[in-house]
Amino acid sequence: MITLPDPKTDVMARRDAVIAGLRAAVADEEGVIADPISLKPYETDGLSAYRQMPLAVALPETTEEVAAIMRFCHANGVRVVPRGAGTSLSGGALPMADAVVVGLMRMNQILDINYPDRCATVQAGVTNIGITNAVSDAGFFYAPDPSSQLACMIGGNVNMNSGGAHCLKYGVTANNLLGLKIVTVDGEILDIGGEHLDAAGYDWLGLLTGSEGQLALVTEITVRILRSPEGARAMLAGFSSNEIAGACVDSIISSGIIPVALEFMDRPAIHACEAFAHAGYPLDAEAMLIIEVEGSVAEQDDLLARLTAICEQHHPISMKVSQSAEESLAIWKGRKGAFGAIGRISPDYLCMDGVIPTSKLPDVLRRIQEMSDSYGLKVANIFHAGDGNLHPLIMFDANDPSSFHRAETFGADILKLCVEVGGCLTGEHGVGVEKRDLMPFQFAEHELEQQRRIKSAFDPDWLLNPSKVFPLRDPLALPRAA
Amino acid sequence: MIPSEAETAIARRVAAAREPLLVQGAGTKSGILRPVQAALVITTTGLTGITLYAPKELIISARAGTPLHEIERPLAEHGQHLIAEPPDLSTLLGTGANLQTLGGVVATNLSGPRRVAWGAMRDHVMGIRAVTGRGEVIHSGGRVLKNVTGLDLCKLLTGSHGTLGIITEITLKVLPAPEAAGTIVIPGLDAGKAVEALSAALGSPYGVSGATWLPAEAAALLPDQIAPGRSLTLIRIEDFTASVLYRTEKLRGELGFPGVEILTDAASRTLWRAVRDVRVLPMADGDGVWRVSVRPSSGSAVLRAVAGASGYLDWGGGLVWFAGPPTGATHRAIETAARSAGGTWTLMRGPDSLRNAVNVVPPEAAPLAAITRRVKGAMDPRGILNPGRIYAGL
Repeated sequence: MITLPDPKTDVMARRDAVIAGLRAAVADEEGVIADPISLKPYETDGLSAYRQMPLAVALPETTEEVAAIMRFCHANGVRVVPRGAGTSLSGGALPMADAVVVGLMRMNQILDINYPDRCATVQAGVTNIGITNAVSDAGFFYAPDPSSQLACMIGGNVNMNSGGAHCLKYGVTANNLLGLKIVTVDGEILDIGGEHLDAAGYDWLGLLTGSEGQLALVTEITVRILRSPEGARAMLAGFSSNEIAGACVDSIISSGIIPVALEFMDRPAIHACEAFAHAGYPLDAEAMLIIEVEGSVAEQDDLLARLTAICEQHHPISMKVSQSAEESLAIWKGRKGAFGAIGRISPDYLCMDGVIPTSKLPDVLRRIQEMSDSYGLKVANIFHAGDGNLHPLIMFDANDPSSFHRAETFGADILKLCVEVGGCLTGEHGVGVEKRDLMPFQFAEHELEQQRRIKSAFDPDWLLNPSKVFPLRDPLALPRAA
Repeated sequence: MIPSEAETAIARRVAAAREPLLVQGAGTKSGILRPVQAALVITTTGLTGITLYAPKELIISARAGTPLHEIERPLAEHGQHLIAEPPDLSTLLGTGANLQTLGGVVATNLSGPRRVAWGAMRDHVMGIRAVTGRGEVIHSGGRVLKNVTGLDLCKLLTGSHGTLGIITEITLKVLPAPEAAGTIVIPGLDAGKAVEALSAALGSPYGVSGATWLPAEAAALLPDQIAPGRSLTLIRIEDFTASVLYRTEKLRGELGFPGVEILTDAASRTLWRAVRDVRVLPMADGDGVWRVSVRPSSGSAVLRAVAGASGYLDWGGGLVWFAGPPTGATHRAIETAARSAGGTWTLMRGPDSLRNAVNVVPPEAAPLAAITRRVKGAMDPRGILNPGRIYAGL
């Protein structure tokens, strides 16, 4: 279990004054939430095993309101938890009892779309898919596509450096940003970057991306938008073992083809998704690959023919090359519905997010299966094979506390294994509270201390998104920037 | 990523240092930004060698002092390449060719024409080891392609010009090198029309990976002359051979300019290497050189706004290279032009008097400058690593 530090009693005692201060900062009366029933939806995020009611919630509509909130909270020593759509799978938006949640969902305006310069400026509360929807008529899209893209907000994507299934070709959030408007802990509004590439000076854009709300609040984002390819098509191939599918992935990467997506599912994932989506997945396969390519129809035909030949060298037990956009959608339908599919088998599951060198996949899957047997919990594995990002879905029963505890320990063991084989704790979900206490497995204490000093340089009193990312110490906020 | 003796020695020297240190690799880029006043030099040239190359995992790790060409060679043997196409600026900076180190390229975050489509050096740094100003060895990132564990110090250190830490080892994402390249060459456009064409090309579905405009005097510096006396608008596509043929023809048709030529693979590679290495910038001995990054649509106006300087456009108009008299007046004109377009500038070359006198990069707003000082203090509390390289007094 994750422990949270004791709330600041002085702040708790001043709750009414804090709420009054927030009301002075936010113009709309309904922009500050203080009653317990209305606060309830903010007590958790996508990591719903953890719940904590916040002191209050503020819902600003402008960057200036965010700045006013921060000036007040900074002056009064009040901790702040930024929140977008609340879809974090690592508890990145988990409140604390003495903290104000600053929800950015009302800042949902697309401010500018600039096709000649291939960028768009949007507020933090615009959904990921909302950006693509706004530019798709002109044939453009925003590339990073996390599974939660219908709901998750771009501000959250920036804070977690979200990925998706198409990162191998298009990169993650950090590779698709040009500029940010941020509010510092003491309420200063700053522009980072702009509509141009590679601002001179230190790479604040890169440091802020994925900083999990530890350094500043992000209110506006300028993203790169890309022209959509002429078309895309997928194929799937089933194999009789994880090892063979892994070898096939190696062959694909070695061939010079950069597939736009290269997804791997193990047997439990195939079965769960097929039962849910009826996508025509091979139920007799131990492992399956979904491979997607882009280009004109002739280019797709050529690439899919090359990929078919590569797969055939590895003796697939089934193979299906989509002949149309509709068939591609069907192939993706199962994969995209994976979370829902697992949810049908098991009402509760933990979605883990480790990264491993792709060559270690068969070995890691074997060891995960051994752990699954010893913990007595089922697991299904989905893997972004192109970039090594592994998502084991651990199924448990939330009504049984021991089951949840075993699931957490199982998950931690998987992530430790990822680090052991040369990978890392998280590829796209972030550390949050979930993996906070595992950080010493990946970083030496002096390395964590160095990261803490950077945090202190932005947030000297450690008011921003407390108790996340860095293992707790007593007292909480010691390190100084210099 | 493994500690080496040379790395330990560097860490000891930094920990024991009582005076400012000039941090460099081969020193080929010491002419960029401001001069450093330092009593001692720490060089990473003793830290060499590829420590990991996993072609099937698209990952290569090498010690920082490894000459870049020693990394490019095994990559080429495996049909892979450095995605950001880092330039060799030895012509521009007056240093020996093929000397620059991986660490130098990463510490300066220099990228070539492909940056417009495929990202900068900083986008492909997956892991870093570095010695901080405390003399501690830290790592950030790792040897996998996706990693959001903790603060991204890889990005903070990349492009920090040795002021926050001495990079000792780097892991990069690499990709299969395209089978072929092709170039659409449109002669005779002025800068404004050229940027419109480049914008249309970059906004097309054909995967354009180079978009450059050279005025006639810049085009004259290309190794092979194409349309003497005329400007050249250059659009590159890299892919499998059949795709390059299909895509260049399709895009040529859609752009609809008369007199367009398509260069072959070999001719394209020669041409883009010259563009990559900034050998096409018309400059006189002793000229100052500036690099300005703006939104692409304002590139032609920025280029026009600076009287008395020559230049050309890369990155679809978003990167403006200038050469001109190394004076405060030229610098101020470039600063004003970059600022009016909401962009950024870097002084790449000039006499020390100029480098010491001007803002070699844009000054930061006061609250951000305060953060910069605190972050510098967090990484290098005694202020001994390349003091003054980017900002005076820091």
